[in-house]
Parts: sequence; C-alpha cells; structure tokens
Amino acid sequence: MSAPTTWARRRRARIDDTAQGRSLGADALRRLRRNPVAITGAVIIAVFVLISVFAPLLAPHGPAEAFPQLLDRLRPGEIPGAQDGFPLGSDQNGRDEFSRMILASRQTLLVGVLATVFGLVFGVLIGVVAGAVGGWADTVLMRVTDVLLSIPSLLLAISVAALAARPSQTTVIIAVALVNVPIFARLLRGSMLAQRESDHVLAATALGVKRPAIVVRHMLPNAIGPVIVQATLTLATAILDAAALSFLGLGDADPARAEWGLMLATAQPYLDVRPALALYPALAIIVVALGFTLFGEALREALDPKGRR
Amino acid sequence: MTPAGARSGDGPLLDVRDLSVRFTRRGEPDTVAVDGISFDIEPGEVVGLVGESGCGKSVTSLAIMGLLPGRGPKVGGEVRFGGDDLLALSDSALRERRGRDLGMVFQDPLSSLNPVVPVGVQITEALTRHRGMDKKAARTEAITLLERVGIPDPARRVTSYPHQMSGGMRQRALIAIALACRPRLLIADEPTTALDVTIQAQILELLRELVAETGTALMMITHDLGVVAGLCDRVNVLYAGRIVERAERHRLFATPRHPYTHGLIGSIPRLDSDPELELPAIPGSVNDNLPWDTACAFAPRCPREIGRCTEVTPGVETAASRLLRCHNPVPATSA
Ligand SMILES: Nc1ncnc2c1ncn2[C@@H]1O[C@H](COP(=O)(O)OP(=O)(O)OP(=O)(O)O)[C@@H](O)[C@H]1O
Ligand code: SF4
Ligand SMILES: [Mg+2]
Repeated sequence: MSAPTTWARRRRARIDDTAQGRSLGADALRRLRRNPVAITGAVIIAVFVLISVFAPLLAPHGPAEAFPQLLDRLRPGEIPGAQDGFPLGSDQNGRDEFSRMILASRQTLLVGVLATVFGLVFGVLIGVVAGAVGGWADTVLMRVTDVLLSIPSLLLAISVAALAARPSQTTVIIAVALVNVPIFARLLRGSMLAQRESDHVLAATALGVKRPAIVVRHMLPNAIGPVIVQATLTLATAILDAAALSFLGLGDADPARAEWGLMLATAQPYLDVRPALALYPALAIIVVALGFTLFGEALREALDPKGRR
Repeated sequence: MTPAGARSGDGPLLDVRDLSVRFTRRGEPDTVAVDGISFDIEPGEVVGLVGESGCGKSVTSLAIMGLLPGRGPKVGGEVRFGGDDLLALSDSALRERRGRDLGMVFQDPLSSLNPVVPVGVQITEALTRHRGMDKKAARTEAITLLERVGIPDPARRVTSYPHQMSGGMRQRALIAIALACRPRLLIADEPTTALDVTIQAQILELLRELVAETGTALMMITHDLGVVAGLCDRVNVLYAGRIVERAERHRLFATPRHPYTHGLIGSIPRLDSDPELELPAIPGSVNDNLPWDTACAFAPRCPREIGRCTEVTPGVETAASRLLRCHNPVPATSA
C-alpha cells in the first residue's frame, strides 16, 4: 500500500521541481550528456572541426610544397616514411603528408556541411509545402522525390557530377546536396502529415490561430526532430559520397589541392610501395563519418519521446 | 458588431437545425454519423449531449466548430450562432469566430497541448489574436487566467511545458486557453474522461464555477450521465446520430421516458445501492442497431420493443419542453 503512495509523491515532487519551463530540447540535451555514445561522437566531431578550422595554423607546410630532402629519396619502389619534421613522411610527390592530411580536413568539412545544408534547406522547403499544403502540390512534389529516391544515391550523385562541364568542388557539393533533398523532403512531409492530424493542431485551429502560424509554430517544430537527426547522419554520408566522387575523379582534379578522397585515389598506384598513403585518408574519412553517425544515432535516441522520463 | 450579431440577445445563442454529417468513402457505404439533429442553447445555459461511444457526439461538436476534415464528410442543415449560419461562413470568417465566440476543450489534455510551446505562450497566442493585446499585457492576463483555473504558482507555470504538468493541471490550462477570449459558447468534449475520478470532480466543479461567473454557455459532451447530473440545465440524449430524448435535467432524471435514457440512468452507480448487486447494463451494442429510415435504431436492445418499432421510424413528439422519439415510452409515473 505504501509503495504506490511514495511513488505518487515522488512523481508529484518531480513535476514540481521542474515547474520552471524546460523544453523538450533541453531535456534531450540532458540525456545526450549522459550517453557515452553521444559523447564519443561529439568528441570526434569537435576534434575534426577544430582541426579543420585551425588547419592553416596547425599544418607546418603548404599543401603543394615539395621538399628536396624528400624528393631526393623518392624513387620507384620507395617513398620516404616518417622522419624529422615530417611525422607522416612524404607523399608520392615529395610533399609533407602530415600537412596535407590536416589541410584536407577543411575540404571535407566544407563539402560535407554545404552539401548537407543545401540538401536540408531545399528538402525542408519541399517537405513543408507538401505536408502543409497537400493536394496536387503534394502529389507532384512526392512523385518527383519518388523518382529521385528510386535511383541509388551514389549513382545519382555520379550522374549529376558527370553532367557538369568541368569537374569541380561545386559540382560535388551540388550533386551530394541533390541526393539528400528528396530524403529530407519525404521525412519532413511524413511528420508534417502526422502533425496535421494531431490533437494539438486541431486545438489550435479551434482557437482561430491562422494557418501560417499553425504551420510554423505548431506543426514544423514538432515535425523537425527526425529531420535534424537525419541531417547529422547525412553529414556522414555526404562526406563519404564527396570522397567517393573525388576518388572517381569527378571532383576538383587539381593535384596541388589536398582532399582525402583525391589523396586516396592518387595513393592507389603506390599501395605496395607505401600503403600508409592510402590508409591515412581512408582512416580519417571513416573516423569522421563514424563520429557523425554515432552522434546522430544518440540524438535520435535522445529525441525519441518514448525515452522521455 | 453586425446587426445580425446585435439581434442575438433575443432567441437562442446556438440554434442547430437538422444537422447531418455523412462520411463518404469510395467503395464503402456511407456512414451517417449525425442524422438530422436539432437543439438549441440559450446564452449562459449549460446543455448536455449524452450518448454512448460512436453515437456522433464529437462529430456534432466538430461540425459546429467547422473543424471536420476538409474532404470526406457531407454536412447538411444549419448551425445558427448569433444570427449567422456557421456552416455558410467562409473559412476566414469562421476563423475569426473560433476562439473568440466559440471555445473548445478536448478530451485528452496532453495531446491537445503543443509539446514544444510553453503553456503560457499557448494562452497568449489566443489573446494577441482575438483581443489585440500586446505581448506584455497578454502575459499578465495569462497569469491571471492560470490563477483563476486553480493552477498553483501561475507566474512560474506560464513558462512550463505541457509534459511538466500533471493531467489535471493540463486540463485546467486547456480550459484557461479556451476561455481566454471570453467566448460566448464553450464546447467541452468529454473533458474529464482522461482524468482520474477525484480530478474529474474538481474539473467539473471548475467548469461549473467558470460558466456561472462569466455567463458563457456550455455544451457538455459526455457518455456519462453522472457528469451531466450536477452540471446541466438541459440534457439531450443522443442515440445513433439522432436525439431520442431531451428534457430539463431534473425531469430527465426523475422521469426518464425513453427506454434508452431509462437504461442509462439505471446504470449509474448509486451510493446507497448494494455493491454486490450487478448494475443493470443495457444489453447488446451499437452493432445491433437498425437503420433509422425504417425502424427505431434502438429496437434490438430495447426492453419495451413492440412490433411497430422494427417497422416504423418513431417520430419526434414534443410536449411541455420535453422531446421524445419512441413508440412505447416508459410511463411518466415509473421512475
Ligand atoms: N473521419 C471519419 N471518417 C469516417 N467516419 C467517421 C469519422 N469520424 C467519425 N466517424 C464516424 O462517426 C461516428 C460518430 O463518431 P463520433 O466520434 O462523433 O462518436 P462519439 O459519440 O464522439 O464517440 P466517443 O464517445 O467514442 O468519442 C462513428 O461511427 C465514427 O465511425
Ligand atoms: S421506439 Fe420501440 S424500440 Fe425504440 S426505444 Fe421506443 S420502445 Fe424501444
Ligand atoms: Mg468523441
């Protein structure tokens, strides 16, 4: 008999403690901070972002700078390894591999973030229109996204990038963004539709709240959660896709530029001579993608209403 | 105020005439959720709409508010409110009336509140929209309203999110939101069903106080005659989309004439009844209903059924402010 009473009292006490507004977002943040997976992901992301932001300060040398002491020892069947002043050794052109790895992180961050943001913005616009307006606008938009989604994403990105007159960083960003637009659009449309049927939207309508305010204040904030999670996960796939496009020669082919996907591609002929040249960029891509994935999954868990206590 | 609105002083506040709602779905027979019902509500009056699950209570309230889903239902009849036919109003004109003239409280207080918006903001939203208040005045008014509906520490509670409140507190907040713009009619659709018994009583008491204090008319929708017993001036009993009995509350409870009402009242537990005795529940379910077109829908479950009941639709009889739809009503003397 005493058990339910204390339980009820404790429950009431907790409700009272938190009387001061704490939003669901703040709640999610609290849960993220207690989740080791989230912390691991966040640390990887933080290190990666710091390195890329401060890359010019951290890298001892320029990306295109070749060094005589490395070039001297460069011959078929040998690429000099780690030595004084060059912690990761030389690349196949006598340049400092360490500096190139650091500087390349910028390219990766830039492409990943821009491709995701563009994909997100257009995806959200389409998702809101389709989910909130409905009718023929919904039908048309969803048919188009269906078609785009039916093409494997990398194939779609390759086709778009290949359409460009000259391969460049910009075409990579556009191609990867375009792949993600339908994903975001579909996801948001689905949760907007669910919101449209929800009790609180009906209640707001019963109060005479105007349609735009209902969409922006009552539907979108409740529908956007899964899209934010998806965006975090998309950063990972965007980085992988962008690397894949450069690897396939559809990115900016300037050999002086440091970029992990391109570095991976140019290291290929020297795999038996010095496999580390392929290993470094491959590892970097995998670790960064893993960081975003871990964080994204943890975010999904934190925002899941079922986990809320 | 329009001249039409000015006339609302005489005559009922809400006059529902022959309202019908029919859901059509391709490849399926139509569902007639509301089958030509008429009732009215005087200014400040508390009117009950009672009936079991699926009889069309919510659809009636949504039709009055113009909140039925856009495609699908066909709505007929008239909903006159303050001189206008709400069913004939444009979307934007109707939006002006919602919240300001007509307020609504729904069944589930948690899902009826926006989870990402603080409760206070959900009140001020209506105030700025309909009463033209600025943010600060609206916030002060929101605190006053929360205090009035009995939420402790309202100045702190305005910043609370719905998930931080208990069920009873949420329903109080919803009532505060619905009454924020002092509507002339409040529609409450099973406002206590999702709450536990002690809280139910508190919320009903609060509603009773508030409508008395503000002069707001209340349309109380419930499946529980116990809820209307202490609250309503008049009661409409709904069965399968039609009103089968309407009477002033005391007369309805003292002498229920329709066999369905009679059964409902018999199944209310009484404090003095022997708890060992089974309550006389109404046998059968709505699935047994006959079509109103050719019979009394209640006939298969009716203890007083006579031959005519399955062959002829019982007509509406009104006598001394009582409405009855039955071929063989319970005699007025036996309660
Ligand atoms: N959107 C809809 N589409 C089709 N039929 C519907 C729809 N909404 C309601 N109905 C039908 O209308 C009838 C009345 O439903 P309504 O929700 O008004 O019942 P109710 O009296 O409020 O019951 P409850 O006590 O369960 O809330 C039901 O038979 C239901 O199947
Ligand atoms: S009309 Fe007949 S079946 Fe219907 S309630 Fe009256 S007595 Fe019963
Ligand atoms: Mg209902």
